[in-house]
Amino acid sequence: MVNIKEEIKKRILVLDGAMGTMLQRYNFSEEDFRGKRFKDYPTSLKGNNDLLSLTQPQAIADIHRKYFEAGADIVETNTFSGTTIAMADYNIEELVYELNYESAQIAKKVAEEFTNKNSEKPRFVAGSIGPTNKTASMSPDVNKPEYRAVTFEELRVAYKQQVEALIDGGVDVLLVETIFDTLNAKAALFGIEEVKEERQIDIPIMVSGTITDASGRTLSGQTVEAFLISISHIPLLSIGFNCALGAEQLKPYLQRLSNETQFYTSAHPNAGLPNAFGEYDQSAKQMKVLIEDYLKEGLINIIGGCCGTNPEHIKAIAEVAKNYKPRLIKEFA
Amino acid sequence: MAESDCKKYLALSGLEPLVVTPESNFINVGERTNVTGSRKFLRLIKEEKYDEALDVARDQVEGGAQILDVNMDEGMLDGEYAMVKFLNLIASEPDIARIPLMIDSSKWHIIEAGLQVAQGKCVVNSISLKEGETEFKRQAKLVKRYGAAVIVMAFDEVGQADTYQRRIDICKRSYDILVNEIHFPPQDIIFDPNIFPVATGMDEHRLNALDFFKATKWIRENLPYANVSGGVSNVSFSFRGNTVVREAINSAFLYHAIQHGMNLGIVNPTMLEVYDEIPKDLLKHVEDVLLDKSDDATERLLDFAETVKGDKKEDITKVLEWREKPLQERITHSLVKGIDAFIIEDVEEARLASNKPIEVIEGHLMIGMNVVGDLFGSGKMFLPQVVKSARVMKKAVAYLQPFIEAEKDGKQEFAGKILMATVKGDVHDIGKNIVSVVLGCNNYEIVDLGVMVPPEKIIQTAVEEKVDIIGLSGLITPSLDEMVYLSKSMEKENLDIPLIIGGATTSKAHTSVKIAPNYNNSVVHINDASRAVTVVGELLKKDNKIYKSQIREEYDKFREQFLKRGKRKEYLSIEDARKNKFKIDWRHTEIVKPKKLGIQVIEDFDITKLEDFIDWSPFFRSWDLHGKFPDILKDEVVGKQATELFEDAKQLLKRIFDEKLLKAKAVFGLFPANTVHVDDIELLVNNRHAKLDSASHSELEDYQSTFKFLTLRQQLKKREGKPNIALADFIAPKESGIKDYIGCFCVTTGFGTEKLAKQFEADNDDYNSILIKALADRLAEAFAEYLHKEVRTKHWAYASDENLSNDELIKESYKGIRPAPGYPACPDHLEKKTIWKVLKVEENIGVKLTESLAMWPAASVSGYYFGNPEAKYFGLGKITEDQLKDYAKRRNISEDEARKWLSPNLAD
Repeated sequence: MVNIKEEIKKRILVLDGAMGTMLQRYNFSEEDFRGKRFKDYPTSLKGNNDLLSLTQPQAIADIHRKYFEAGADIVETNTFSGTTIAMADYNIEELVYELNYESAQIAKKVAEEFTNKNSEKPRFVAGSIGPTNKTASMSPDVNKPEYRAVTFEELRVAYKQQVEALIDGGVDVLLVETIFDTLNAKAALFGIEEVKEERQIDIPIMVSGTITDASGRTLSGQTVEAFLISISHIPLLSIGFNCALGAEQLKPYLQRLSNETQFYTSAHPNAGLPNAFGEYDQSAKQMKVLIEDYLKEGLINIIGGCCGTNPEHIKAIAEVAKNYKPRLIKEFA
Repeated sequence: MAESDCKKYLALSGLEPLVVTPESNFINVGERTNVTGSRKFLRLIKEEKYDEALDVARDQVEGGAQILDVNMDEGMLDGEYAMVKFLNLIASEPDIARIPLMIDSSKWHIIEAGLQVAQGKCVVNSISLKEGETEFKRQAKLVKRYGAAVIVMAFDEVGQADTYQRRIDICKRSYDILVNEIHFPPQDIIFDPNIFPVATGMDEHRLNALDFFKATKWIRENLPYANVSGGVSNVSFSFRGNTVVREAINSAFLYHAIQHGMNLGIVNPTMLEVYDEIPKDLLKHVEDVLLDKSDDATERLLDFAETVKGDKKEDITKVLEWREKPLQERITHSLVKGIDAFIIEDVEEARLASNKPIEVIEGHLMIGMNVVGDLFGSGKMFLPQVVKSARVMKKAVAYLQPFIEAEKDGKQEFAGKILMATVKGDVHDIGKNIVSVVLGCNNYEIVDLGVMVPPEKIIQTAVEEKVDIIGLSGLITPSLDEMVYLSKSMEKENLDIPLIIGGATTSKAHTSVKIAPNYNNSVVHINDASRAVTVVGELLKKDNKIYKSQIREEYDKFREQFLKRGKRKEYLSIEDARKNKFKIDWRHTEIVKPKKLGIQVIEDFDITKLEDFIDWSPFFRSWDLHGKFPDILKDEVVGKQATELFEDAKQLLKRIFDEKLLKAKAVFGLFPANTVHVDDIELLVNNRHAKLDSASHSELEDYQSTFKFLTLRQQLKKREGKPNIALADFIAPKESGIKDYIGCFCVTTGFGTEKLAKQFEADNDDYNSILIKALADRLAEAFAEYLHKEVRTKHWAYASDENLSNDELIKESYKGIRPAPGYPACPDHLEKKTIWKVLKVEENIGVKLTESLAMWPAASVSGYYFGNPEAKYFGLGKITEDQLKDYAKRRNISEDEARKWLSPNLAD
């Protein structure tokens, strides 16, 4: 089997674009979300995109296919909210293992289709591990600053379950992403290390934080450098940023990250900043120009898109990524 | 060393990074947040005074600590609980959380609990081989997995290392296990080779310092990338009580330890002398001990120590040195520092030296005030200081006035004439007075028309006095409309004078959308007094065309953007909003019948009881000092000024209490009530109260009247599951058949304010005149808080077991609410009229309503009481035309009238 650690030395790897943006095009109704299986489920399920891996697996597979066709090397599983903590909103915590396992399987099958067609360009599946909807280092209640809605231990247990299911389902890489609270990410990494030790395996880990605004900090208040220091205790395949900002706004932070880290770097920015109506309107062409700037400066090893990006964006990014050499990293001692 | 090795530095993080490179200076660990080392901190934690405990942490950070050591190891404490709570609190204080944490405990479970709540890369303090290799490895592995660095004590199964050889043996053994077996990053290891006291008189302790230095050197040379740390003040332990010697030992020890390679450590900066400033003779004695230079080093230091028992004297004469300086410097000093003790004597000296008395104002005093203006403009002085400066200035001018008048030809040249007024119907003038004073300081002549000034008077005065600028102020929402009306009138009368707008409810949005379009000359909104000087300066420049057109353009643009933004909001019809009301399960909710129904009047309340109920934060806000009390007193930027202001306020408060300068009165009532037609609250008022007073008990006659409180309902479309709330939702509907209750109240502490303020003004003391009003406002709020508590616990008594601190009261953590008409939950000021009728407020305590429904005296608060546990504060937001029509019908007024009162809440 081809190893992503080898491929990343050879070329810039292209990650896929947004899953949610693509799902919106299907305009699924409550019934579609439920499918036959959850026809009589007591709570509303509309909007639970992760569940579509069980009720509309064909749509999920098609989206993966479109991204691979556009030139992506890695697709992310449809598991952004696949923890008991995030799924509590829909009362379907008991389905978490199945959701992650099936999502990994769907993506893996499509990836194999493409690898079999062209073994020169092997395709990979990254198990998407989102931030959950709770923060471990901030209080949701301004009047009770010492209160926490979730603990490290709860997060560790939930993440560990997701990680085990993703690995069982066959993912090649784990992607801890859209990190707005570093403590959540540390709990995820803690869980991953436990799984690695228990199973005696070594699965590559990608980590991607989110700089929330022009302050240049994560939501939990850390600077780029502090964030990097806080998660560098685990050997990572890559570290990078995604979401919240467009490629243009993200660039200064990527430069700082690229200067400081000995890991490979990744970025999957949004298609610009949302307009007054909350929509992303940066075109594939516009984004391509901005991404080419990254490549010219040798900032990046893995590049893709987040909110508002679609296969056209990824196609444009893949076309330009071909022409550049990957960023060189300082080898460990 | 390979090239890549250069990145192998100890790197830690809080919200910001800390990388310890060979170029770094010694890294200082703050140690006051340690219950074993600080009695004060221990007391604060034991008494759960976490706010003050945070202040200790903040002081450490501000004092230059680069890592914060936190230790909660004390027998009487739940260490794990205290560690987690304190670290969680630190996480919400960005100025503290900036630096990395050192989680310090001898108990592993406390360390682990701490690691689980810190997002940054911490230091664990500490692990060691004390419990054997297995436990050491287990802990080391977890430290690594949590992503922390670690302090390793020179301690093994046998005990603490106390010789050079034992130190290096244990450190080497620990290092090898960590690096080779656990794969712990060597740069994340910090050795603590044990700092023990010197000069104890015992022979075996003679090498304590020297062995530490040598071991440190060995570690740095033989264990690659490892760091060395230690708790410094331990070394001088035998000299407790002799500060001078202790500080000298600490700093000499630190100096040598750093020379030998110690690169971080726990040091109390206040227990440290500057190495170069240690007297040479003392230093020699100290270093002889540290480096074990002679057999009798300890005895000689002990003898010497007797002669230098600490005396650190404050030089009082230095304080008055400035009095020796030249005249102008003294005057400037008095003005800048706001000192009025010498100003008359200095001004007199200046007058005698001048040709004309007016020259003292135009010369000496203006030179001083220009310095004040410059310092203020550049943010180096703060508002309370400037107002104090103005007080000194006024005193000086008042002294000179008779001399100027005697000369007859003297006339002061002003930079411009400014009319200031609080608009019709509004009585609030604190902000207006501050702006007046600040402008006065900057040599503008102020024509202050006071409060409740009708528009005709403003226009007439502006024309007659030929003013250069008109400044309008207002606090309550109806004032906004008054300002709109005034701007239209000014245009009609063809006035051509710039207009400035200020006051708590005013905003750039309202000014640009509702006022600026009506008037041809400039209209500028000013949100704080410091901006007033710049804006007025620009407006009065000879060549002000560009500025004026810029302002116009800026406001036009702002208006367009604002209007555009408004359009995307979605509203529900009032029927749909009512369907989506806040639902309380009336069969199961807790309704308590008030112990005593009806109206009660409190005359001549003991005002001193209110001191503990004062919420100080808004007091500082009214002086443009922003921050939370009491933290604001220690704020880096405004702390000093806030503290001074607070001292002055407390002094005046004491006078108010001692001399009974203000009168506090209140009236409140509790009544049976039910909601009718969804949004109205109907209450039954039993007028027995009047009869009770008349002493003819036999003729009790119940004549009940019905009143209605009209509430307004949120109409903005909410997320699914979120209700559209009106206050009426918190009272049981009539059709439920359940008996429910409501209360209302009015309190005042304003009687006496006006007289006092006038006295201060007559003394040219604007500072205290503003201060007294601001204090009266705070006392009124405190009274409202106090009375609410009394009602909750005694009169209505639905929370008779309540026990809340003042802080919790300010945070409104009690059950039930006391919303006030004119505030976000019920912006309709007309409701005050109903309250006045229900409680007979004016007859009972003398508080009046103006035509704009402001309360007079201004330091008054009125509102309702809702007792349901589910009642909560909310903001009404914007309402639409259909609710307005419905409301007009319910209120039985014309739609135009309703529109006038509710206009700030009408959706565009």
